[in-house]
Amino acid sequence: MADRYIEPDSPELRARWGNWAWTPENAAKAQEIIARYPEGRQRSAVMPLLDLAQRQVGAETQTQGWLPIPVMEVIAAQLDMPIIRVVEVATFYTMYNLVPVGRFHVQVCGTTPCMLRGSDDIIKACQQRGMKPGHTTADGLWTFTEVECMGNCASAPMVQINDDNYEDLTAERLDAVLDALARGEQPKTGTQEPGRHTVEPVGGPTTLTAMVDANHDYRGEW
Amino acid sequence: MPKVTVDGTELEVPAGATVLQACELAGKEIPRFCYHERLSIAGNCRMCLVEVSPGPPKPQASCALPATEGQVIKTDSEMVKKAREGVMEFLLINHPLDCPICDQGGECDLQDQSVAYGRGASRYHENKRAVTDKYMGPLIKTQMTRCIHCTRCVRFSEEVAGVDEIGALYRGENMQISTYLEHAAKHELSANVIDLCPVGALTSRPYAFEARPWELKKTLSIDVSDAIGANIRLDSRGREVLRILPRVNDDVNEEWLSDKGRYQVDGLTKRRLDRPWIRRDGKLTPATWAEAFAAVASIKPGSSIAAVAGDLVDCETMFAAKTLLGALGSSLLEGRQTGMSYAADNLAAVNFNTTLAGIELADAVLIVGSHVRWEAPLLNARLRKAVKRGAKVFVVGPEYDLTYKAEFLGDDAALLGKLPKHVGEAFGAAKRPAVILGGAGLAKGALGPLLALAEQWNLVRTLEDGTAWNGFNVLHMAASRMGGLMLGYAQAGGIADLVAAKPKLVLSLGADEVDYTRFAGSMVVYIGHHGDKGAHAADIILPGSAYTEKAGTYVNTEGRVQFAEKAVFAPGDAREDWTILRALADAFGVSVGFDSFEDLRAAMIAAVPALGVEGLADYGALPKADKTATAEGTIAYPIKDFYLTNPIARASATMQRCSAELIHGEDFAEAAE
Repeated sequence: MADRYIEPDSPELRARWGNWAWTPENAAKAQEIIARYPEGRQRSAVMPLLDLAQRQVGAETQTQGWLPIPVMEVIAAQLDMPIIRVVEVATFYTMYNLVPVGRFHVQVCGTTPCMLRGSDDIIKACQQRGMKPGHTTADGLWTFTEVECMGNCASAPMVQINDDNYEDLTAERLDAVLDALARGEQPKTGTQEPGRHTVEPVGGPTTLTAMVDANHDYRGEW
Repeated sequence: MPKVTVDGTELEVPAGATVLQACELAGKEIPRFCYHERLSIAGNCRMCLVEVSPGPPKPQASCALPATEGQVIKTDSEMVKKAREGVMEFLLINHPLDCPICDQGGECDLQDQSVAYGRGASRYHENKRAVTDKYMGPLIKTQMTRCIHCTRCVRFSEEVAGVDEIGALYRGENMQISTYLEHAAKHELSANVIDLCPVGALTSRPYAFEARPWELKKTLSIDVSDAIGANIRLDSRGREVLRILPRVNDDVNEEWLSDKGRYQVDGLTKRRLDRPWIRRDGKLTPATWAEAFAAVASIKPGSSIAAVAGDLVDCETMFAAKTLLGALGSSLLEGRQTGMSYAADNLAAVNFNTTLAGIELADAVLIVGSHVRWEAPLLNARLRKAVKRGAKVFVVGPEYDLTYKAEFLGDDAALLGKLPKHVGEAFGAAKRPAVILGGAGLAKGALGPLLALAEQWNLVRTLEDGTAWNGFNVLHMAASRMGGLMLGYAQAGGIADLVAAKPKLVLSLGADEVDYTRFAGSMVVYIGHHGDKGAHAADIILPGSAYTEKAGTYVNTEGRVQFAEKAVFAPGDAREDWTILRALADAFGVSVGFDSFEDLRAAMIAAVPALGVEGLADYGALPKADKTATAEGTIAYPIKDFYLTNPIARASATMQRCSAELIHGEDFAEAAE
């Protein structure tokens, strides 16, 4: 996060994105989003619109998408708000990319639970594919970011790639996921632990076992 | 009115007051960085922590906590002391200890409060954060590593200036204050963020590394860059005024100052007239005072003499010239240099009657022919407040960005006779309606029709609460205008009357906007301080003093009489204007009856008593309107360049740079450090 910066406003950037506009579908969607907010409070739509714009840019560039300055200007004009206020929002939230990213934005959690469960191996596996923090690989496939807790501690370690989480990883399982993505396939999202569905206890419940099949009143046993 | 106890003293505070305000009412000093009386409450610096019960058992930010009945507030407990020390230590973690090379040193809130409320030493041994400096234009120098994220500048530009261009980017420790893409701050009040900045992050670029605050002599004065008469403080060292800062006066400028009033100061040392000049064979050549007076005396004008007052002169100078002309038997006085000839027999009709503070309360405003943002930026900030309170603003004149919502009706002055129906309805429904007539409207004869509208809309009324309301306003652009009108510097036909009289001698009191080709047959004697348009046209130049170099009385556009003091001496052989006029009386062999500045001022007050009383002059009631008056013509604003409207500003390198960069769009951004 400390390395975040806005892509400089250059003539090339203007040439590429200066004429950016919503696609017809997204224009309708933007209208629908704006209509969710009361009259005079249209500015509230800035976050969903930025997300929508990032997705559209992503679709146009075959990446996760990012927010060039001219795109933010389009949104500012549409919501009739000062452009600096849009930039403030976009720079505050790390889910808005301020610079071009690769096709897959690999966000590895390195916070304590994931670290204890082996996120260092995950990071090493990423590095072996040429990923560096805040950097996109030469093939344009991978952008790597180390992030803080994403709330999947029960199935740590995890990575978030674009919109999906991949949990219970080991270096091998991550390699399988990344290989599948590189081939253009959609690997199974969520936990990668065989036999596990979500974040239920691995190997069956060890506490509150009486509650597994039916409701049980423990209060008398305290 | 809740009763609270502050450090054992019980007191009653106004409803809606915050705990911080309650403590101030009790005479306690609460340290603060982000809180500012004229901005919204942010509550993000945490320096104003106090102990409040009932409430959570922890220190509370007093700026954002409403005072309620029965509160017991402690500002001197051990908890408060520890909390302040803690906050100060956190603030200083990422603040560089570069006070010796920081321009804010000596007048820095962080420095002062760190001494008063901080710990003696730092316990922090890690690396400090460093932030790249941002470009914010020709006036604001940035050193963003020093920023403590109080967001006063962000709130000022959004709330007061109305130009949303400064924002806080990124988050947490990486938060940075920046303008959008580091574009220059483009509005007329931008430099006020320098005063607001509690640390040395935003400092004055033209004043960078010039002086330390403790070596400066402070002189109270009045700004002459527009007709608002902002209260200023001149900071001078030796013979030079180094900077100009606003003083607090809630009736006039609150605590803001326009960029021109603040930064034309370097023009005071450039292009100065520091010796007399006489035109010989069509060329101005240097002369001595004796030669110059002899040359003026040799004109022997008798009563064929006229005086034109410039935009920056004080009342004493104008009165001295008037007395001189009177002694010679002439009354050809005029101050409206560009040829305007509105009726000036009733000064209430050409005064800003609502007062600058009063216009904030207006709920319907019609602006006729005034580029308020450029002609009076401080008034525009007031109008913006009125709009925020719900006022409707209509403008007759070419469109421009007012920084608030306004409806432009068109630029034809004839519109006044046939205003759209909804305008009349808005004024009919308004409780405190007001009209503002600017110079461009006056030039098209809009005074008469507007007075008729004032009568029709009943602009002069008694409000429900019994106070009087006068909604008729004329907004002037020259600092000398109201004083000049009070002293009779107005002919029925304007300056054309002077031209028609074909005077042998035209006395120009710093008049730089006059078309002197119309006075081709006259000798022009220029008494002024800058080698500008007036001096170029002059036959004899007598070097005078700028507003910083003489004491004087000024009357602002609302008829407020204010006194300015002398900060420094005029350069070279230049003299105070009244002494030059006194010496001219000797040269002409007449008596003017004053030998000292006190005599002159006493004589002036005897002639116009209102000029002796600081405060609003009483001009009586509005004249009876002439229902048949009409205005016509396309309104065009006279100011083409906000930064270059007077000879001082035109001589100022800072103002020239502002004009080139902010008005004409030249790119200087690379020059930033």
